[in-house]
Amino acid sequence: MEVDISEGLQALAPKLGFATVAEVQRLSAGASMETWAFVAEGPQGRREMILRRRPGPFDEEAARSTSLATEAALITAAQAAGAPVAPLVWLCQPEDGLGEAHITVRIAGETLGRKIVTDPRFEAIRPELAGQCGRILAQIHSIPPGTIPLKSADAIGELDRYETLYRSFGTERPILELAFQHLRKHAPEPMPEVLLHGDFRNGNLIINETDGVAAVLDWELSHLGDPAEDLSWLCVNSWRFGVSSKPVGGFGDYQDLLDGYAAASGIEIPLSRVRYWQALGSLKWGVMCLLMYSSYASGVTTSVERPMIGRRVSETEIDLVNLLEAGL
Amino acid sequence: MIENPRADELVDAVAKWIDSIRPSLPPRDAFLARVAANVLSVVKREILLGPQADAAAVERLSQLLGMSGDVKTLNALLCERLRSGDMNAETPGLLAALKANITDQIAIDQPHYSATGS
Repeated sequence: MEVDISEGLQALAPKLGFATVAEVQRLSAGASMETWAFVAEGPQGRREMILRRRPGPFDEEAARSTSLATEAALITAAQAAGAPVAPLVWLCQPEDGLGEAHITVRIAGETLGRKIVTDPRFEAIRPELAGQCGRILAQIHSIPPGTIPLKSADAIGELDRYETLYRSFGTERPILELAFQHLRKHAPEPMPEVLLHGDFRNGNLIINETDGVAAVLDWELSHLGDPAEDLSWLCVNSWRFGVSSKPVGGFGDYQDLLDGYAAASGIEIPLSRVRYWQALGSLKWGVMCLLMYSSYASGVTTSVERPMIGRRVSETEIDLVNLLEAGL
Repeated sequence: MIENPRADELVDAVAKWIDSIRPSLPPRDAFLARVAANVLSVVKREILLGPQADAAAVERLSQLLGMSGDVKTLNALLCERLRSGDMNAETPGLLAALKANITDQIAIDQPHYSATGS
């Protein structure tokens, strides 16, 4: 069913506490999720907002990602824990006519990873970011899961899941094969599970010159698991945007991240645990690239992007070899 | 095979044309056109560097495995030995061979990818 977004938002304006909405524009053209920007206006002034909605059906039981209602609950819980977020304004209800959707405040700043690691305007704030990310992750990990419906995933579970996917492609990539075997053999002793963001990396953070991390975005991969998983995903070389000498997101050093985390949580995570999960992160990203290529190879999608991303598998392979050479 | 124009020149010509029309395209198409030009640059590098990279990989893998064959066969055999546990990260020469092979592949796929310090 086609939904007229402008009309829907207009009808919703009073519930948002405003008279009208204006400047409705589509930001992303993702297949599974739409992002729209708009401005709510009223006697009290104007407020920039973001609508996130899923155009198609969704099965939370079967899916890897969360529903938008769960995402809304996570945003609110993270805010209560002190983490910077784009605060929730409205969780859409069926009678709003916008489908599965929520509305948040639009936070000003940069999300493009490449700009964050190279643009001179972030030069002063860049050295602060790794420590700040450590503190924010500690805040997120302190959220009591409570009533938020989240799945669990540990290292072996993740390896099982991604190895099954990899085997289904029928491809032979020695480095991925070696990584599966090695990571299976060297899985760290489990730690108590915490609530994870699940996709905490450069590219999903809004950065500005004064606050550093102004908001953490994209909560849909949140799950329960090893705290080192979140700390390490930010360090995967694919998210350093060319500045590989700065292991944390292309902007910082491991020690600042780990110190920030320890200061805020009281929990010391050894670097070796982060490096293990970093390798697992590279391996997962490699398999995801293969998955995106396979959707082209099988004819499900035709966009030129999909086959091209298949050539990003080799970046994860060189990162994995480097990690294995260094003894992780 | 004819000498001119070479396949890499033909691919290059198309990539240049795509670049020339990119500024006139709407944002989504401009993005996809940039991806398309990148695709062609991979194809061009594979034409120029692929045969040599393949030959070098065959030599390294044959030496490591003590077997002969083409890249596909040798890669499959290596995967089998890794799966069975006959070979692992401690196997002498394994990581060096894998690194040399993947370095050649990155030179085709993403020559500017920075992997130092990863």
